[in-house]
Amino acid sequence: MVDRSTTAPGVIATPAALAAIEALVRERGPVMFFQSGGCCDGSMPICFTEGEFVVSDHDVLLGHVGGFPFYIDHRQYKAWKHTQLVLDVGEGDPEGFSLPAGDNKHFLIRSRIFATEEPAPGKAGSTQ
Amino acid sequence: MTLTAEPTTPTTPISSEAFVAPGQPGSVVEVKPRYDNFIGGKWVAPVKGQYMANVSPVNGKPFCEVARSTVEDVELALDAAHAAKDAWGEASLTERAAVLNAIADAIEANLEMLAVAETWENGKPVRETLAADIPLAVDHFRYFAGATRSLEGRSTEIDKDTVAYHFHEPLGVVGQIIPFNFPLLMAAWKIAPALAAGNCTVVKPASPTPWSILKLAEVIQDIVPPGVINIITGPGGEIGKALASSPRIAKIGFTGETTTGRLIMQYAAQNLIPSTVELGGKSPNIFFADVMDQDDEFLDKAIEGLVLYAFNKGEVCTCPSRALVHESIYDRFMDRCLDRIGKIRQGNPLDPATMIGPQVSTQQIEKIASYVDIGRQEGAEVLIGGERTHLGGDLEGGYYFEPTVLKGHNDMRVFQEEIFGPVLAVTTFTDEADAVRIANDTLYGLGAGVWTRNGNLAYRMGRAIKAGRVWTNCYHLYPAGAAFGGYKISGVGRENHQMMLEHYSQTKNLLVSYSTKPLGFF
Repeated sequence: MVDRSTTAPGVIATPAALAAIEALVRERGPVMFFQSGGCCDGSMPICFTEGEFVVSDHDVLLGHVGGFPFYIDHRQYKAWKHTQLVLDVGEGDPEGFSLPAGDNKHFLIRSRIFATEEPAPGKAGSTQ
Repeated sequence: MTLTAEPTTPTTPISSEAFVAPGQPGSVVEVKPRYDNFIGGKWVAPVKGQYMANVSPVNGKPFCEVARSTVEDVELALDAAHAAKDAWGEASLTERAAVLNAIADAIEANLEMLAVAETWENGKPVRETLAADIPLAVDHFRYFAGATRSLEGRSTEIDKDTVAYHFHEPLGVVGQIIPFNFPLLMAAWKIAPALAAGNCTVVKPASPTPWSILKLAEVIQDIVPPGVINIITGPGGEIGKALASSPRIAKIGFTGETTTGRLIMQYAAQNLIPSTVELGGKSPNIFFADVMDQDDEFLDKAIEGLVLYAFNKGEVCTCPSRALVHESIYDRFMDRCLDRIGKIRQGNPLDPATMIGPQVSTQQIEKIASYVDIGRQEGAEVLIGGERTHLGGDLEGGYYFEPTVLKGHNDMRVFQEEIFGPVLAVTTFTDEADAVRIANDTLYGLGAGVWTRNGNLAYRMGRAIKAGRVWTNCYHLYPAGAAFGGYKISGVGRENHQMMLEHYSQTKNLLVSYSTKPLGFF
């Protein structure tokens, strides 16, 4: 597993996402996130209970959200690394295998392009 | 399948010729307030008594409830399937084929009803469900009815007195998880070969589209022996997981995204069972300069071939979502294509004149909008579309998005990720080698299209592209009998072909000696 979490965070979370994670963890215990790709719910972040999904030696740890790890496939990382992911919450149940972000809510990601030579975005409230 | 882009006004209110919405007076589709699971040939209420609202993307309003099943319901469905598996596995090929043909006949007899139901739940235009989804589902059952009867076991004469016989035996009970983009057709793709090979199945439809397959079950409930097909609805994270990880299934089939694909294979590994996973793509559609050598029917077909990215509002694993156009024809060819795209008629999908309906859910439309946003951030040029469509009236609450084209380069995320919406990323190439390089510069390898008047070039391209299917001078044809599946991270396994019977069977080898002589070792 490749650790990218110490450089400029590849993923940050909105206050709504952090609150949803906190509530989810209270209910179900520790969680983990994996960024998906492909068909259907392709670009959704999938939230699992910790350890449910087996992370490979090649997956990339993008960072932590609410203290919990957020991974991406190494091949997908190559195509996505110039962008920062912002974990947020939307209306509606998750459509795939992800845990919900509360009643009738799901996790989603937005993306922004890292500016050239951008200083590492502040970590407070994002990677913790 | 016919898809014509007629020159009509781009958007339109509900036409008087539109089918009446299911559940309304005069509709061809009856809607009950609430649907239970289909288990053991009966309608069985979920053990915990929970239901969830089912929304139509046409207007964003709930129109019925379906069971919000739990692990207990998965077990009930598995009980029913296991109770049925011996009799079904031992049924003669004549009987099995007769059931598959009867399913096909029943779907065909209810074609209009199922097409309207599918359109109402998924949002795909009714002219697609009438002409493609449902007829293809019918044909798929007929194909596997024939395929299973023509599949022969093999025998080998090892030596004069020793023969190796190979029989196909059913796996038993399989789990199948269906995507939301072709709820009935993808169900047919999975159920038909499983049943043909003598298996019983537990099917979980996608969370946004649980209902049309229940309408299908109503149509076939007296045709299929109880327990052979079982359908349970509910959240993927709960019952999808319970089904896929169950030690009581002998195979799992899944269509969806890559992370869940890995998870499915992880569960299969833990149970030491096989899996088939189809995980999407980012299919290149390549237009060589000679398509514009003449202004003829073939050029017209090629233009339509590019616009097919909007087929089923782009919610297709093989959506031709990357157009690669030779630089020498780019301006002239794209002018023609953009003109055609501008004439796509968006509106109520129950109107047979509508070419593009709503995306399946709010989540999908949010995702599409976020991709257009990141495309803009990366410097892609929006050639047409790019915004959510507001149709007003009854359709205002629906999930409509403009047919969109982004011009950019292959390193952009909009060229690398499956958007699953009506968004085309277009770029140019310089020569054949450049076309191959760009086509293969992707994580995925499910489909591709090649358009040229030069047969030699078409063949070379078809073999050079790392994808499971290369449509050559056509696109989006899905006939039964043409193997479908992915290279690279687009998945493992194939569907839609007789070879599926092998994937849903065990191989039994009887190694028989007709000699009476001992080996002589002991």
